[in-house]
This record gives sequence, C-alpha cells and structure tokens, in this order.
Amino acid sequence: MPELHVMRDDQRPPGKPERRHLLSIGDLDRDDVERLLATAQSFGKALEREVKKLPTLRGRTIINLFYESSTRTSSSFELAAKRLSADTMSIKSSGSSVDKGESLKDTALTLSAYDPDVIVIRHPQIGAPQLVTRFTDAHVVNAGDGKHQHPTQALLDLYTMQEEFGRLEGLHVAIVGDVLHSRVARSNIQALIMVGASVTLVGPPSLMPRGIEAMGCEVTHDIAAIAHADVVYVLRMQKERMEAGSAFLPSLREYTAMWGVTPERLRPGQKVMHPGPMNRGVEIDARVADSSDSLVERQVRSGLVVRMAVLYDLLTHGPVAIPSAVQEVA
Amino acid sequence: MSETPLFVRQGVAPDSVVIRGARVVDPVEGVDQVMDVRVDGGVIAELGERISAIGHREVDGAGLTLAPAFVDPHVHLRVPGREDEETVASGSAAAAAGGFCALLAMPNTDPVVDSAAVLGALVEQALNDAVIPVGFMASITKGLRGEELAELAELAATGAAAFTDDGRPVVSAGMLRRALQYAAVTGRRIALHEEEPTLSGKGQMHEGAVSAELGFTGWPSIGESVMIARDLAICAYEGTTVHIQHISAWESVAELRRWQELGVAATGEASPHHLVLTDEAVRSLDSNMKMNPPLRAERDRQALIEGLKDGTLSCVATDHAPHARHEKEAPFEEAPFGVTGLETAFAVLYTKLVLPGIIPLELLLERMCQGPALALGLAVPRIAVGAPANLVLLDLEARWQVTEAGFRSKSANSWLLGETLQGQPRLTIAVGRVAHDLGAVPA
Repeated sequence: MPELHVMRDDQRPPGKPERRHLLSIGDLDRDDVERLLATAQSFGKALEREVKKLPTLRGRTIINLFYESSTRTSSSFELAAKRLSADTMSIKSSGSSVDKGESLKDTALTLSAYDPDVIVIRHPQIGAPQLVTRFTDAHVVNAGDGKHQHPTQALLDLYTMQEEFGRLEGLHVAIVGDVLHSRVARSNIQALIMVGASVTLVGPPSLMPRGIEAMGCEVTHDIAAIAHADVVYVLRMQKERMEAGSAFLPSLREYTAMWGVTPERLRPGQKVMHPGPMNRGVEIDARVADSSDSLVERQVRSGLVVRMAVLYDLLTHGPVAIPSAVQEVA
Repeated sequence: MSETPLFVRQGVAPDSVVIRGARVVDPVEGVDQVMDVRVDGGVIAELGERISAIGHREVDGAGLTLAPAFVDPHVHLRVPGREDEETVASGSAAAAAGGFCALLAMPNTDPVVDSAAVLGALVEQALNDAVIPVGFMASITKGLRGEELAELAELAATGAAAFTDDGRPVVSAGMLRRALQYAAVTGRRIALHEEEPTLSGKGQMHEGAVSAELGFTGWPSIGESVMIARDLAICAYEGTTVHIQHISAWESVAELRRWQELGVAATGEASPHHLVLTDEAVRSLDSNMKMNPPLRAERDRQALIEGLKDGTLSCVATDHAPHARHEKEAPFEEAPFGVTGLETAFAVLYTKLVLPGIIPLELLLERMCQGPALALGLAVPRIAVGAPANLVLLDLEARWQVTEAGFRSKSANSWLLGETLQGQPRLTIAVGRVAHDLGAVPA
C-alpha cells in the first residue's frame, strides 16, 4: 500500500493540468477506482493518529452546494475537506438566493467569483453538476443528482466491501428495493460491474426500470434470490420520490411482506449494507440493521476517507505516491 | 367561408428571375434535366434551354439543383406571447433560409389561437411581416383544454389552415369524436398530437435502456401508439381522416400502416431529429436533446425511415420549437421540450439519409413538399409552366457548419450546433418572390 505523501510546490509539474470532475462513475476507469480506493486507505491510516488533520489541501477552497437535504453526504464532504485543511463553505438551497428563484447558472457564476477549487453539488435534477461545469473553473463533484448518479456513494461502498472481503472481483451483490428511483443503485451497478463484481437486482416489477439489465446485471422479483449474494445492499424506499397517484405499490406493508430484508431471509454471515437513511421496519428489519453483519456504520466511516481521496485526487491530479519528489507528511 | 386554407405573407410585388443551367428536379412532375427556368408575375413562365432574360435578373444555377420548395406542416412561431423566442418575421425568414415556401404555425401560443380575434390579429401580422406564406392552425378545443370545441367554423372562415391541439393530446375519446364529426363542416384537416397522459406521465425521455441507466422518468413508446390506435379507430368509424403529428415510435408506424391498409386515409409526419438521432444522444444531458415526443431507440428510428420510404409517413415536419436561452440553460428535467429545425432540416436529412444512400434525393424532396401539402390539403408546389413559382435552388456540394450566429431564427436551441452539414438552400422563391438569397456560389 502506498505511503501518504505530498508533493512540494517547487516540484509540481509546470502548467495548469486538465480540469477534472467527478460527475458519474462513468468518468472513471478501473485504474482510477483502484487509485482512489488506495488513496482512501492511506487516509484511513492517517486518521488513526491522534491529530487527524492533514495539511494537504491548505489554502484550497471547497464549496458544498446542497439543493437537497442531506445529513451524511454533506457532513462527510465538509469533514473530509476540513481534515485536509481546506477552507470550506456550505450552502443550502433553503435560506439562500435559490429561495428567491436564482437559476443554477447564476448561483454557479456567483460562487465561482470566489475562485473555489472544488464545487460539491447535490441537486434534485439529473445533470445539474454537468451544467455547473459550464459556468465555473472549479472541479465539480457530484454529490447526487436526481435519480442519476451518486458516485462518491458507490466508491465508499466499494471501499467498504473491499475492507470487508479483501477483494471486489467476483463478489456477488444483491441490490434490493426501489431501483427505479435510486441514484445509489445506478452508481453502484456501474461501479460494481467495472471492478468485476456481479450484481442481481431484486424488487417489485413496478420499481424496476425497463431495460436496466443492459447495464450488465441480473434482474429478479423473487426475494429468495438474495440468499446467493455475498452482500445484500438494501435501498431506501424513496417515499418522497413517489409521485402522488403513481401507485407503484399497493402499500408499504405489502412491500415489507414481499421484499423486506429480514433475518429469516438472510444466511448467517451475509453482509448487509444500506446507504441510509434507513426506514427500519420497511425495507430493512431492525434486527438486521443492528446485527453484527450490518456494515452500515462502516459505510459512513468509509464515506469520510473516500471523499478525502476524491478531493485530494482531483486537486493533485494524480496518485498519492510520487517517489523521490515528495516529502513526508509531518 | 374561404374554400381553401388561407396562407398570407407581406403584400409585395413578385420578382422576375431567370435561373440558368440548374438540374431541375420535380419527382412528382417527372422532371429531371438541366435547363433554364423563368419566373415572372408570380408564376413559372417558361422552362427550356437558353431562355431569353428579357432584362430579368439572371441566377447562375450551374452545378446546383432546382426543386419545388418545401412545405413545413409543423412550426411553432411562438406568436402571440413569446415574441422573444420567435416572430412571424424571424420564423418565416428562417423557413425561407431552409428552403421552405410555406409553413403551418401551431396554435399553442399565449393566448391560444382558439378565437377569431386572436387568429385575425395573426393574419394581419403575417400580411405585414411574413416573408413566405404562413398558414395558421387553430386549436381544436378552447384553450387546448380538451373540454369544449373551439368555434371551428368561424375560425375556418377567419383563415384557419387546419386544426390541432398540438403540444397536448385530445385526451377524451368522446371529445375527439365530436371534433372529427364537426370539423367536416369546415373543410379543414384535423392534426393530432398523440400522447396518452397516464402513460407518458412526467416522462423526460424514451423509456428504455438509456433512461434506465440515466435515471430519467421514461416516456414509453406505447404512450403514443395506443392513442394513435384509438384515434384511427374513431376515424374509421366516422369515415373521416386525420393527420398524425411528429410520429416517433415503431408501434405508431405499425398502427398507422395497419389503418391505412384498412382504408383510413390518415397521414403521418416524422421530424428530422427522430429520423437521425436516438435516445443515446440524451447521454450528453444536453437540453437540446429534449423534445416531445422524445428521441427513441434505433428500432424506432429505422421504422420511421421505413415508413418514410413506403409512404406510411408522407411528410417531413420540422416541429421547429424555439426556446429562450435561459430556459434551455437549465438541468434537463427543468428545460422545456423542443428544438429548432427550419434552417437545418433539408441539410441534415441530405447529409444523414441521402448521402449514405439510405433514401434517394427524390424521395426526400417529395416528402418535404408534395407529401405535407397533400396531407394538409394545400396546393402542391410543382415545376410546370403556369404553376405558382415555389422553388428552391440547392447547392448539394456545399458543406457548412451550424452555428448560433448563422440562424435567422431568434432562438438557437438546435440539436445540430457545431455539426457540419452538406447541402444548402441558396435561393428560395415563394409564390414568385425571392425570400432567401445567398447570392452567387463562392468560387
């Protein structure tokens, strides 16, 4: 595993490197994913020390722009930036000019006037981060756009699985629940297949997007299929995205009876993950959520180091280890 | 009540022009030869070799192709209400630049063209501003709400060229049946936007593998075809016909073909973007790839091309839908549906369908001219002595880049920005008047 190093300013390569973004798992290849996970692992080691702050991104400015409510993603990005000594600013749509009807373009232009290095954005609409890239010189990180992508979630999930199993290749992951409305599912399917895992989607037909198997996953409506998986990845029932009158399901009660993840439906030792926030008693039984096979808290911890790795990688344009041209972090 | 749909434009004197040495092609008249054409007093006065110029302006057509000018059955001129996006002047100039000699404007404006007062004002405006003849369609139902019939007879008498609730379907089968019955007294066609709203829902793009991956709410192809099946069954029962607008799905083409074979004289149109692009284009998340009906899958695109070839779809229609920049500069789901198309329609279809050998030039010319004219009950532009002079002089070798600065339209929400196309209308004559002129071909 690479040691954590930081490049000296006088040894940086000349010229302005190409601006990069993390908008979708599709922006990454397998090498990128492996590099990011290795970087996250290095940061994980660093955080075991008593002083948890690294000087790596001192003087950098990171703006978190959240158009949707979020606890773990916004706090995790903010803490990741702080751990790396960057200056951070968090803007939420309520109470800002967005409330006054400011367009995304104008908000992006306004914030860009502060010359931020990174804009982290969560937005209820697909493609909002792509739009922001057109109006800023900052690197843009997608922290969730509508039902489209949530790439850092997928990376932290990969990281969690790699920590648990020591490998990703050949893992079998069952993703259970409301795939139709889930950006987490889309990012995870893409990421898992990229690293050589296999994915089975399990859920009600009305919440399974037509044509999703083209992404390379299996689709089934039978909850018994989760018994074959190494990891059961439970999706949140996205009640807030259920448009009134769409009637995807007869009732949540029936959903739980048919697709709820209960101890009875799991084999001992099967690992369970959930992106949070959980609806205990709906998609996941409380006994499962609290069991020692639940990796949910580990996912939150992973989120911090993975987001540190993403910010670091975007701002340093490369892998952590740069032999000879480096200086140890104090 | 006027006998034929009213098409109006600026009251200006016709031009006198002699076009020399172009390849003159009119697939319907069976003309395809190099000759001279003299336009005089609004009509084609003479065809032949070495025509005397008699003091007229002479246009060198050597190496160029002269064809009957195009008719667009589906244009959003955005007046009244959104003059920031398009006007009669800018929209008709854009059409002329695209080689069109006539266009039909949709009534889904603000206010809706559902009364003689609104329609009359538009006709007045076109008399002042339109550089080619413009026909205004009026709505089928008041306010496009699908609840009460508009006063179709009075609208026809005021000049309505045809009727449509375009932008919205006539949801109620009973209402559509009444409209089809009643429209018979007007002598005008009914054109339909086909969309079953409980299936299309809040769909943002075609439902399929791409929407599944991107996460957009799907707008399934059956949302269009089940409505077409319903409406053509009503037509068959009533012994009448309709024109089906902007068909996008293979199931829809199959339905239309089936009912045509059963004797319903319905017609259908396809738009350049549906003939060229598929839902793969939405991966760019570019709001200029957002239109209604949406870009569909390759199977659908192939069915549209097949329909165009076998005549099931007799018209190309641009569905030119200008939108303000700030409205399109938004996330995909927030951006409005629609793209511009008047100035690129011929060039893109020539480049993407004719040059690769998918359809012949003659078919494209026919589907952009005679097809739409017949479908909407209009006079067919043709190249014959005595016929009104509706001509387009095409440079089939010219390669040009689509840029914002090049548009006559007030809006630039084109799906072709930055693309290089081949084929360019150099001169458009609409009822004897030069409406578009790029001048001599640069050496």
